[in-house]
Amino acid sequence: MVPEPPLSVISLGGYKMSVARFWRKQQNRYNLIGTRCTTCGKYFYPPRGFCPDCRREGNIVDHQFKGTGKVVTYSIIRSSSGNFKLLTPYVLAIIELDEGTRLTSHLVCDIDQVYIGMPVRRVFRKLGEDGSSGAIFYGTKFVPA
Amino acid sequence: MREVAVIGVGCTKFGEKWESSFRNLFVEAGALALEDANLSGEQIDEIFVGNMSAGRFVEQEHIGALIADYAGLATDNIPATRVEAACASGGLSFRQAYTAVASGMSDIVVAAGVEKMTDVGTEVTTDVLAAAADREWEGIAGITFPGLYAMIATEYMHRYGLKREQLAQVAVKNHDNGAKNPNAQFRKPITLDTVLNSTLVADPLRLFDCSPVTDGAAAVILAPLERAREFTDTPIKVLGAGQASSTIALHDRKDICTLDATVAAGNRAFQMAGVERKDIGFVEVHDCFTIAEICAIEDLGFCKKGEAGKLTEEGQTAIGGKIPINPSGGLKACGHPVGATGVKQVYETVKQLRGDAKGRQIDTEIGMTHNVGGTGATVVCHIFGRV
Repeated sequence: MVPEPPLSVISLGGYKMSVARFWRKQQNRYNLIGTRCTTCGKYFYPPRGFCPDCRREGNIVDHQFKGTGKVVTYSIIRSSSGNFKLLTPYVLAIIELDEGTRLTSHLVCDIDQVYIGMPVRRVFRKLGEDGSSGAIFYGTKFVPA
Repeated sequence: MREVAVIGVGCTKFGEKWESSFRNLFVEAGALALEDANLSGEQIDEIFVGNMSAGRFVEQEHIGALIADYAGLATDNIPATRVEAACASGGLSFRQAYTAVASGMSDIVVAAGVEKMTDVGTEVTTDVLAAAADREWEGIAGITFPGLYAMIATEYMHRYGLKREQLAQVAVKNHDNGAKNPNAQFRKPITLDTVLNSTLVADPLRLFDCSPVTDGAAAVILAPLERAREFTDTPIKVLGAGQASSTIALHDRKDICTLDATVAAGNRAFQMAGVERKDIGFVEVHDCFTIAEICAIEDLGFCKKGEAGKLTEEGQTAIGGKIPINPSGGLKACGHPVGATGVKQVYETVKQLRGDAKGRQIDTEIGMTHNVGGTGATVVCHIFGRV
């Protein structure tokens, strides 16, 4: 048995992190803000602070993504841990944003609804909570567009 | 660089070993390897140990020193180093040991791998394994490891028309092989129906598409080839070694269905060994899920992309087939103690090449191993041959 995390610790899925660790990426997670390399024009979400193609010649700036895209592939998760256990069965998907970058997200829809190529859009959702009296935390998920 | 040979191998039985502690496991495997090589402890120059997550599985770090101590080698102050690359920790431990001997830095080197996974509950295990993916951007989305490989399977089946039955045949074949391996966790043959009627874990993957949670350890001993005959009549030479990295997150791969690190590590090992695909008698591949074996066969270059399902269905990957895959039973039937798996693959390969794989023997001169960390962010391949 792993002991219950203290209140200062956020638990996401089986994923435990300090408030600071979540806060640091809050703008990215809340608003789908990623980055873009002005040298090659490539978009990054999840954000990267260093362009893997241009490396030292790269120049990274923040970028607000439109929040629309399509399903590249998916699975229906029947067995999970932590906060996600309560959501089973749920749809997990790799989504390609219109700007060309890909991310992994919980897709909020009926499990029979999802298909490869399905258009999706971003929504602001509660991601989980740290027990009944701890912090509630939020971020971006996707729904059918 | 010096030529290097494996002179001794040891492996515990794999399974849910409630009676064995973390330290019992590696001491057992190490003792078996030393006995096999006819060596005594003071002849060892250096130890490498592959271990993914003792910190979370048994709340113990500083594994190198612990192993040296409990193997009775701390009194000689022998250097011991832990190596970590998630499920490829074992393969990487072997590579480090190989490099140490090849470079001339050390002569007699142990490459070990160990994982004790059953001292925590299944939910914690699921979470520990998820740490092999990207915590910040995959973990937060609710991934599980079966879920990630399931997303590869969904796209693969969509693109190449792989049939559900072909995927199930991977598990059936590996259970057939595992039944003939005394160290395997599962020694019972299964049928396609066993797989197809098992519980869904992450669609399209079912319980029997997944490797189990396992305790176990393996150890092998390396020496310069020129000294190998001092210890054994059947040294097995390391012909080629390849390691490669790719993106930590599956969503960042150029192609979801190709483990590009497998392609790169495989090509590097083949190039170094100077052998062709047709020269390889069998491969121990990283079948953490059935779809992983399908991808491995293709990405290592044994058939074209999209053809491994048919190859499997036709029995060409079974013992006696054109390219036998996982004679040990693979991760699926032999079990998958994550840090130990890569070393167990070397153990099986050496047993096969010596002609000691009773009941599952393949008559060949050359064998290969393929060990994957995460969804393919680290891959380690080795090619071995008789001397």
